[in-house]
Amino acid sequence: MSAGLPLKIMRSREWARPVPPVRREVLSARASGEEERPPVLFVPGLGHAAWAFEEHWLEHAAQRGFPTYTMSLRDHGNSGSAGKASLRAYTHDVVQVAAGLPRQAVLVGHGTGALVVAHALARYPARAGVLLCPVFGGWRTLGTALLRNPFGTLPGAFGGRVRVRRGQLFGPNLHASAARVYVGRLGRASTRAQWQLLFGRGPEAPVGDPPVLVAGTPDDKIVSRAALGRVATRYGGAPLLFPGMGHDMMLDAGWAEPIDAIVDWLSKAEH
Amino acid sequence: MSTHGTAQGPADPTGPGAEPTPGTLGAAWNEDSGSWATLAWRSTEWTGSSSYTTVWQDDKPVYDRGETVCVIGAGASGLTAVKNLREQGFAVDCFERETNIGGAWNWRHSRSPMSASTHLISSKPMTQFPDFPMPDDWPDYPSHSQVNEYLGRYADHFGLREHIWFGTEVVTVDPVEGDRWDVTTRPSGGGVERIARYAAVVVANGHNWSPKLPSYEGMDDFRGAMVHASSYKDPAMLRGRKVLVVGGGNTGCDVAVEAAQHAAKCWHSVRRGYWYAPKFVFGRPADQVNDGVAGLRLPLRVRQWMFATTLRLTVGDLTRYGLPKPDHRVYETHPIVNSQLIYYIGHGGVQPVPDVARFDATGVELAGGERIEPDLVIFATGYLPRFEFLGGDVLDADQEGRPRLHLHTFARRFPTLAVVGMVQPDSGIFPISHWQSVAVARWLRLREADPNRAATFWRGVAAAPDRRWTPAKVKTSTRHWFEISHTLYLRALESVLGELESAR
Repeated sequence: MSAGLPLKIMRSREWARPVPPVRREVLSARASGEEERPPVLFVPGLGHAAWAFEEHWLEHAAQRGFPTYTMSLRDHGNSGSAGKASLRAYTHDVVQVAAGLPRQAVLVGHGTGALVVAHALARYPARAGVLLCPVFGGWRTLGTALLRNPFGTLPGAFGGRVRVRRGQLFGPNLHASAARVYVGRLGRASTRAQWQLLFGRGPEAPVGDPPVLVAGTPDDKIVSRAALGRVATRYGGAPLLFPGMGHDMMLDAGWAEPIDAIVDWLSKAEH
Repeated sequence: MSTHGTAQGPADPTGPGAEPTPGTLGAAWNEDSGSWATLAWRSTEWTGSSSYTTVWQDDKPVYDRGETVCVIGAGASGLTAVKNLREQGFAVDCFERETNIGGAWNWRHSRSPMSASTHLISSKPMTQFPDFPMPDDWPDYPSHSQVNEYLGRYADHFGLREHIWFGTEVVTVDPVEGDRWDVTTRPSGGGVERIARYAAVVVANGHNWSPKLPSYEGMDDFRGAMVHASSYKDPAMLRGRKVLVVGGGNTGCDVAVEAAQHAAKCWHSVRRGYWYAPKFVFGRPADQVNDGVAGLRLPLRVRQWMFATTLRLTVGDLTRYGLPKPDHRVYETHPIVNSQLIYYIGHGGVQPVPDVARFDATGVELAGGERIEPDLVIFATGYLPRFEFLGGDVLDADQEGRPRLHLHTFARRFPTLAVVGMVQPDSGIFPISHWQSVAVARWLRLREADPNRAATFWRGVAAAPDRRWTPAKVKTSTRHWFEISHTLYLRALESVLGELESAR
């Protein structure tokens, strides 16, 4: 699999300038059933936090037999802050939580969280990786966002806060009041991390050659169908699609469908 | 396999090699290895022993373990070898003579060199496995028991214990036909020997367990106590005694500092002058500051000058404290990392003295002619690597018993034999052992997958000249031959890993 840049073992920057530690918010749900299954860690994207997975998926996947966890990246949710966060700091947060779990974990990242997970897969040999509606950054991401929501996005291009609209995140079937509440809970990412989305190096290839599932929706207003396809190709497959849903598929109406599909995919691994 | 809900595309499973079809679960699989199937196979395959056969040799049964790889030792290097071989899909049998993992860090067993207060001398980012970080809430320099706990977490996280045979020691390792190996083991306490045949052997038996003791004239007549630092476990042994610590390495300095706090008197005998690097400079772990500079790829002389200047400004002139002037440039010997020695010398708790000349019944005569009368002598004179289970010719050892290995890892005459962790880096050893074992696992995989490319790679290994992986000429001593600079060494290993990359 050549899903990224070649293996880099000289990590002078990581050795010389370790990421400062922060307190991290981690939520979990105990798995039902006797069988021992790998823990699943849900990683929300920038602006989102642990609450996004706590809402439905955390408990749902646990009831289907997987011990589940979700976390907030630094500067998000109830996690702490330490200076200007970079993508490397977010990656560090994910790898720290994953390595602290009792067994080798499955990493599930959503949106920009999928990019963070892709970076984390190069620093932690996960059991498996799942990239949902992955925002891998670059100019095309900016282009799509500018096209859909010029006034909300433009400040981001100058280091300001990106404001997303309900219509960018959710499909037509989610009740407007619920969507309003969710959008109201969104936080903001660090300016530095936003810049790195545009200019940063792509993720290195995953270590330990984990199976990687890429999933999304053709009706995503943030990730174009072509962008989704590019990420899937990079990981040697085609994306799993859930038409009719918006970008935030863990919150949108019909949220059970994608998580059930992910759990089925994971269950097949076990047998 | 079926599609889910609104997922598009046909419901047929896509088998290996088929065109990926949008929407089917199978399409997202890793096609070439049938990824999930591989995972399941990895966890169950080798426990079904029915496929293994027994051959008879000189009336002794030899259990043929097929393609299984044997790992010797379950310390840090052995554990990472087991993990990385498993990651490449190999079945592994690991033999450990003690009843738990940890090797040198498992301080409850007799061969561990740890004492109660041993702490790391390299900071966390330089010490941890590159794919399993130590917890953020641990200090910059964790203690030996934290390191042992870390190794336990590593073993549990990756499910390594089920592949380890505890309380089992390796007696001999003999090459047999077809690049395979007969490994004779027995229970550590003694018992019936058992022979198993393996496709490959990875030696990770450590090099800090066999004490190297100096010999001096008159030692036999000396009536005081003499011990090697390996048996120094806690300061109770020092209380109220006049102690002579012999050896200027990291262990010698640690013991001298403890003696300054607990003993009645402490002499510290060093043969030559060293550079004493503090654990922290500019408010940060010194090795991190150093690697920040190393990353700039400045010429060696410039870096030596910068390091020496930093030491001059922070530690100062060592001769003022009665220590000999360093007889070498920085980076030319293994770094001594100790912030406290100079402090205790300044407080009079440690008295630096020259080399030992001879012993007599009641005392020790020093090189300068001075005579001291210690009642306890602690030799912090290091350890020697030992491989008594391997014949000397197997590792291609020279007259002095130094094995000739490519990158301190690959045995040139035996493609299926490798050594992991037999280096003395100027950083933590775990990352080095990790990448060494990744290289070994990839190499063994390549041998199976692509014999032509494997042959090309091996011609390179066999022809590669013996070389040192240090920037400066390292002082000769029985252990400095396997000293490495982590930056130089990892750069070389990185290119080897690149060559082996597309092995899968």
